Amino acid sequence: MTDIIRTDVLIVGAGPVGLFAVFELGLFDMKCHLIDILDRPGGQCAELYPEKPIYDIPGWPSISAQGLVDRLLEQIAPFKPDFTFNRMVSSLEKLEDGSFRVITDENEVFEAKVVVIAAGGGSFQPKRPPIPGIEPYEGKSVFYSVRRMEEFRGHDLVIVGGGDSALDWTLNLQPVAKSVTLVHRRPEFRAAPDSVNKMYAMQEMKELDFQVGQVTGLTGTDGHLSAATIKGPDGDTEVPCTRLLPFFGLTMKLGPIAEWGLNLHENLIPVDTEKFQTSVPGIFAVGDINWYPGKLKLILSGFHEVALMAQAAKRIVSPGERIVFQYTTSSTSLQKKLGVAG
Amino acid sequence: MTKLTFIAHDGTHFDVDAENGSTVMENAIRNAVPGIEAECGGACACATCHVYVDEAWTAEVGEPEAMEEDMLDFAYDVQPNSRLSCQIKVRDALDGLVVRVPARQG
Repeated sequence: MTDIIRTDVLIVGAGPVGLFAVFELGLFDMKCHLIDILDRPGGQCAELYPEKPIYDIPGWPSISAQGLVDRLLEQIAPFKPDFTFNRMVSSLEKLEDGSFRVITDENEVFEAKVVVIAAGGGSFQPKRPPIPGIEPYEGKSVFYSVRRMEEFRGHDLVIVGGGDSALDWTLNLQPVAKSVTLVHRRPEFRAAPDSVNKMYAMQEMKELDFQVGQVTGLTGTDGHLSAATIKGPDGDTEVPCTRLLPFFGLTMKLGPIAEWGLNLHENLIPVDTEKFQTSVPGIFAVGDINWYPGKLKLILSGFHEVALMAQAAKRIVSPGERIVFQYTTSSTSLQKKLGVAG
Repeated sequence: MTKLTFIAHDGTHFDVDAENGSTVMENAIRNAVPGIEAECGGACACATCHVYVDEAWTAEVGEPEAMEEDMLDFAYDVQPNSRLSCQIKVRDALDGLVVRVPARQG
């Protein structure tokens, strides 16, 4: 087994609420480790709408989503949280001593006294494109990411999409594939102009084929593709296709957390409103992923939730220790933790 | 009040009174029109409030902006009259607007 990473509190999800949990837990001396499926902190704020202004963060008449994430990172820096990015939590097991062992999709092993689920709308996963009958081909001929380029060698490859992933893989896989057809519903791309120019240059040289249209049908047997139907402005065409790489953005799914034995309510995790604890003591859920009567999916509600959760978590992490309620404004001990004591 | 009509995929008509300045998506959600999901809450970040604007209205409604076009790449069965309903603001000139809800959102 690989080295076990031990921490007081394991936070699943590094969105705004997961980040602020580090602050509230840190005030009570709890060390936090955050895991996120994205490659950077911020969750939906960073992935979906970094430039959009948010108007209901107290004290900020207007702040961009990325601006809020940056401020939160600055605010929690004194507590030195650890981050593991590009990972999805897969399994959770309760150990004899009452702590939890959490394993990621890359087999890292975490042990924590408390688990806080701050997973928002769930983990970001590639969106299945709207092509009828695609499911049986997934994992055999249809892939949503490229782990090893070799798996595409010698194949008739169809790549669908107009963003950077689609264009980058079109350019990178062209040398190993037998043929490459790029399909996008319009001649304008979201990808970097440089990649688009390179793609057009390769099309000039007949090194690949770019078609405007949408993939509407797949042909093959037993999960092995042989052709794809492309609906373009001039009707349907069929192109040879033994590997399909659709890049249709990301969607959010609860994922393996659904298998953790927690009570669920329409894909949300019910909690009490005193501790924000789930049906399993020691596992808390905060932010958009939780549910309780009157729940509002607001960042500010999540901030409130983590403050109360931290009190309950402290009782688990340091049983028997007296919890003193203090204000950051006046408490020298809190100010020492924040690195601002005079 | 401006009148809007949503036609759900099964043909059901939803006639609603909409406030000027609100988005077509907001009115769909408020009136529980089936097939409009609006996962991202109107941030033009998800393409799950995709609608087809009735041909008689496409000129008045207008073309999507670049960011919306980008997002439409993720929608299902995109047509020339496709729009994201969170990006259409209700105004007097849209009184009587008809939009159709696609078979599925993404």
